[in-house]
Amino acid sequence: MPVTTLDGHTVHIDDEGFLTDYDEWDEDLAKVLAANIGIDLGEEHWKVIRFLRSDYKERGETATTRRVQTVGGVPVKEQFTLFPNKPGKKMAYIAGLPKPRGCV
Amino acid sequence: MKRLLILGGGTAGTIAANKLRRRLPRDDWSITVVDKDDEHVYQPGLLFLPFGVYRPEELVKPRRNFLPHGVDLIVGYIDMVKASDNQVILSDGRTLDYDYLLVATGTSPRPDQTPGMTSDEWRQSIFDFYTLDGATALRDKLANWAGGRLVVHVTEMPIKCPVAPLEFAFTADAFFEQRGIRGKVDITYVTPLDGAFTRPTASKQLGGMLHDRGIKIEPDFVIDRVDPENKALISMDERVIPFDLLVTVPLNMGPEYLARSGLGDELNYLPVDKATLQSKQYDNIFALGDGSDIPTSKAGSVAHFSADVLVENFLAHVSGRPMSRAFDGHANCFIETGHDKGLLIDFDYANEPLPGKYPLPFVGPFSLLDESRVNHLGKLAFRWAYWNLLMHGRPLPLPSHQLGGPQKPRADRLATPGRS
Repeated sequence: MPVTTLDGHTVHIDDEGFLTDYDEWDEDLAKVLAANIGIDLGEEHWKVIRFLRSDYKERGETATTRRVQTVGGVPVKEQFTLFPNKPGKKMAYIAGLPKPRGCV
Repeated sequence: MKRLLILGGGTAGTIAANKLRRRLPRDDWSITVVDKDDEHVYQPGLLFLPFGVYRPEELVKPRRNFLPHGVDLIVGYIDMVKASDNQVILSDGRTLDYDYLLVATGTSPRPDQTPGMTSDEWRQSIFDFYTLDGATALRDKLANWAGGRLVVHVTEMPIKCPVAPLEFAFTADAFFEQRGIRGKVDITYVTPLDGAFTRPTASKQLGGMLHDRGIKIEPDFVIDRVDPENKALISMDERVIPFDLLVTVPLNMGPEYLARSGLGDELNYLPVDKATLQSKQYDNIFALGDGSDIPTSKAGSVAHFSADVLVENFLAHVSGRPMSRAFDGHANCFIETGHDKGLLIDFDYANEPLPGKYPLPFVGPFSLLDESRVNHLGKLAFRWAYWNLLMHGRPLPLPSHQLGGPQKPRADRLATPGRS
């Protein structure tokens, strides 16, 4: 896995830039990751990011947009507003989690 | 007497009932299957029904015909599972006690979950083909359709048989060409995925095949609603796709009784260990087939390939031994590509579909990721094998490991290709 430095944080990432080590992430890093894809994190974003982090810790899988809606309480439509075009990927990227499983 | 209750008498439940009846002593174990009716539908045939290849009655047989002696069938709707009491309650009030439970109730299309889908246009200009009713209604529509904008649409992944909507698009292309109206039909394939299929290698190949057939693809389309008045699909980011005829694969969900019982995830699938197939919540509950949350295709081939793992683990568990078998996620699918041709893909949790040959005595070899007529014939021949071999838990001489993957063929693991 490639190692890179983001704003002073040394992290492991995959080919597409997703963090590969759950524990290398912190909230400061999330702001850097979000800025990389043009997102300025507000409270609504944080609600999603924190849900993704805790859900991943519990289940070992990145939540899908449907799970963020059903379990996390943020409608898919709102996810599209917060993380435009590809919310599933963008949310995972900022939360320092693997890309949600492409479905099989 | 120990009681094994199997919920669902479809592909997975029937295979499990046959295999387990042979292994569990009749003096010590009862096996009972519960299903809502006594009609076993050959689901792989539903793809062909709209194009007049099969008649509906050719695809249905009584479930009882495929359950061995020593397995009872109870017909009734499941209201809920009281897992802490080891009981299943049916909606007519009957209570079924169990020692072990196998969940094999699969997944179903739920058009009611998308706003506007089950409007007045349902079965008028909006169709599904994953149900016998839907496929039959679509056949009648296609027989007289003069042409226009055909939209083939996938609502959300995962879906049962993930290649079927692509096959529908390929087969429709050939069907309209044969009817001499291909020039009057504009076909668009609309998917929430970022390409034609879920796995990169296969996605590239299948995407190229759509292009070659003049089928447009609209990727990354997450549907918000159907607008039945203006006959259009509208996405979460307000993209609009008009249609004259919509063939959709609705959201797939597991059964409501799992949700009512507190046993389902957000799509009513039973969370299980992906290697052992045992429930993460209750160690006397297992799952086989489409109704679990394992991260591989929801497909008959998966039910088949994982059945032996389930049986061996179940037997170990009930006798107090550790469960030693691990399912690898193996799936394979014949993909119908139209004009009497097909291709075959084969993959598992870890390995992508690979080009090559799939060895099958007498009728093979099938070409992996490559179109050929023999693949198409293999798919049609599969209906006989499904009823006569697969449902009885009998093997065909085929390796059950992923083809071309790192594992070596093992003579003791025999299987048959399924149609995903």
